[in-house]
Amino acid sequence: MDGALESGTGAAPRASWFSQNREKLTGVAAVSPAVLLLFIWMAVPLGMTLYFSFQRYLLLNPDRTGFVGFGNYANFFGDPNFYAALFNTLTLVGSVLAITVIGGILLALLLNQPFWGRNVARILVISPFFVMPAVAALVWKNLLMNPVSGLFAWVAQLFGVQSVDWFGQWPMVSIIIIVSWTWLPFATLILLTSLQSLDEEQKEAAEMDGAGAISYFFFIVLPHLARAITVVVLIETIFLLNVFAEILVTTNGGPGSATTNLTFLVYAEALLQFNVGGASAGGVVAVILANIVAFFLIRMIGRNLD
Amino acid sequence: MKPVNTKVFGRHIAHAGLAFSMLVGAAQASTTLTIATVNNGDMVRMQELSAEFTRQHPDIELNWVVLEENALRQRVTTDIATRGGQFDVMTIGVYEVPIWAKREWLLPFDNLAASYEVEDLLDPVREGLSHNGELYALPFYAESSMTFYRKDLFEAAGLQMPETPTWSQITEFAGKLHDPGNGMSGICLRGKAGWGENMAVIGTVVNSYGGRWFDMDWEPQLDSDAWYNAVDMYVNLLGNYGPSGASSNGFTENLALFNSGRCAMWVDATVAAGFVTDPAESEVADHVGFARAPHGVTRKGSNWLWIWALAVPKSTENPEEAQAFVEWATSNKYTELVAEHRGWLGAPPGTRKSLYANENYLSAAPFALDVLSAIETASPQDPTVDPVPYVGVQLVSIPEFQAIGTRVGQNLSAAIAGQASVEDALDDSQRAARRQMQMSGYYD
Repeated sequence: MDGALESGTGAAPRASWFSQNREKLTGVAAVSPAVLLLFIWMAVPLGMTLYFSFQRYLLLNPDRTGFVGFGNYANFFGDPNFYAALFNTLTLVGSVLAITVIGGILLALLLNQPFWGRNVARILVISPFFVMPAVAALVWKNLLMNPVSGLFAWVAQLFGVQSVDWFGQWPMVSIIIIVSWTWLPFATLILLTSLQSLDEEQKEAAEMDGAGAISYFFFIVLPHLARAITVVVLIETIFLLNVFAEILVTTNGGPGSATTNLTFLVYAEALLQFNVGGASAGGVVAVILANIVAFFLIRMIGRNLD
Repeated sequence: MKPVNTKVFGRHIAHAGLAFSMLVGAAQASTTLTIATVNNGDMVRMQELSAEFTRQHPDIELNWVVLEENALRQRVTTDIATRGGQFDVMTIGVYEVPIWAKREWLLPFDNLAASYEVEDLLDPVREGLSHNGELYALPFYAESSMTFYRKDLFEAAGLQMPETPTWSQITEFAGKLHDPGNGMSGICLRGKAGWGENMAVIGTVVNSYGGRWFDMDWEPQLDSDAWYNAVDMYVNLLGNYGPSGASSNGFTENLALFNSGRCAMWVDATVAAGFVTDPAESEVADHVGFARAPHGVTRKGSNWLWIWALAVPKSTENPEEAQAFVEWATSNKYTELVAEHRGWLGAPPGTRKSLYANENYLSAAPFALDVLSAIETASPQDPTVDPVPYVGVQLVSIPEFQAIGTRVGQNLSAAIAGQASVEDALDDSQRAARRQMQMSGYYD
């Protein structure tokens, strides 16, 4: 009867496996529609991009089509601006990460202290994140950094100093400033929340042991923040690799290729002339680069994520 | 409970169903036109006044898609190239029309009513939108480029701006009026990288120095003497007598500079004439003088031509209604409608001879005749001294031009910023242009 082995019939062992694993199978069955949908959502566009990257597909020149193997990739790597774009992408991501993490920690420490108007200060610090990137870039370019009529120029004039031509002489630095301004609130918010979960008792214990503020910071606060820092770095990297709007609106790739990153390179070389094959190849290269960067990042700080 | 009489019930359902389907059927008798347009003031006005069109054509519904220029270009180009059929009417520029007409993606306007007065269209405008003698789009408004200058500063310095100045004269004037200590730049010019930004102006300078983008074999000519002389002059002029930060100034930034009284001269689009003379926007509204765009060795191609036009893709399901709308929106009657609602200053400029013979318009827009002479001297089908295989004054109507133009624009903005020499910038541009043309198969 139940559980008894019946000789000869193969059906009985299968039935018992199913019933033994019923819970696990129910779980899988319940989740599978969502997982399947997500998989299709990811796989179909990725597959089409990969397919197009091996084709010559010019939207405006439909006569010239066909399989070109790695031709699109060769064209992309052979672009004289490719290495500059790669370098600029890594510079932009690295600098903004450094500024936002360090600045975020300092701001979070500051906002964690009680002071009059702290709530207003917190709202003001968080706000830049909600400004659209194109709008933020235009405000910085025309209202602040403009060497003739910008705020910085006015301040320079007060001190009798020559105003700086930000986008002409320091284009990459200007873009880094704008992007950091946008992402600093994000880092601050996450680090502030993490900071608020730190026990006050640990601080008192450290004081009793004679630890100063600096040692307290480096030996207690920073390790506590490690997980939050990891989250910030990983999420920001995903978005910073794709910075585009700020560059388009201010410098359009910059004097020469000074502010051309990989995303902008794909836009200027392929998307502008509706070269679907070339743009797909560029996109695939960007995905591979993002994976490499993620791999190294996870190696470096991922151990902090349990 | 009363039992339901199924026979009577069934009859009621049938009647209700019939009535409903008649309602739905009546609603489906009208056609819907989807119109893609750019978010300029004139276009938004067209959307507002389109109620007049739907009054005259009660069976046509209009569905508007208003986008920023780059987004619009992407959407309509992708739609027409993949025969998506999303749009019945597209707003496109004089850049797209020759490319798409050649590919036979647009419906020709070969059946225009006599009341449309097609002969009234300005010749360069009609030329720019025609392919093999047929019109493939109808012009909404057109612009060229001209020189704006400060009459008061010229008077104070005892200078006289000729009607058709040369670039050497402009350089001379700029030197005399340049006063950085008092925030005054001798001249403001576009430096921001882009095929429609700095390259639009530089393109006309190159033309007027006798240069061209490509020779008859599609070989780029960026390493020619004409290009070097033109770009060298432009870079030095802007570097010596231009505002700080010129390498990232486009049309908008220069307009702001001129309106706040920081430029003695400015060479840019004729549409700016309306803005710089508007006291609500400009601090120097009463002191603006107009002259033709400067030239070098020849006046040919020294002022550009840009047209925003309405076209109907072949993939549309409502060709007659779509063409009817386009005819309405670009007709003289529409201009009169705008004048009624917004005054003559708001009339879409640059497309018809009759507008510039209209006393009402001329008195509302004192710069009108200068704009007219600029547009009339633009020649998109014959823009250069030496023969060329392309059409377009400040652009080349080939699909590859956007990428090439932006790349060259980037290099030249580096030269303007002093980050690269003119020679290096042009060498790199020449190689990049040739590479693009090679990849697109022009030399096979």
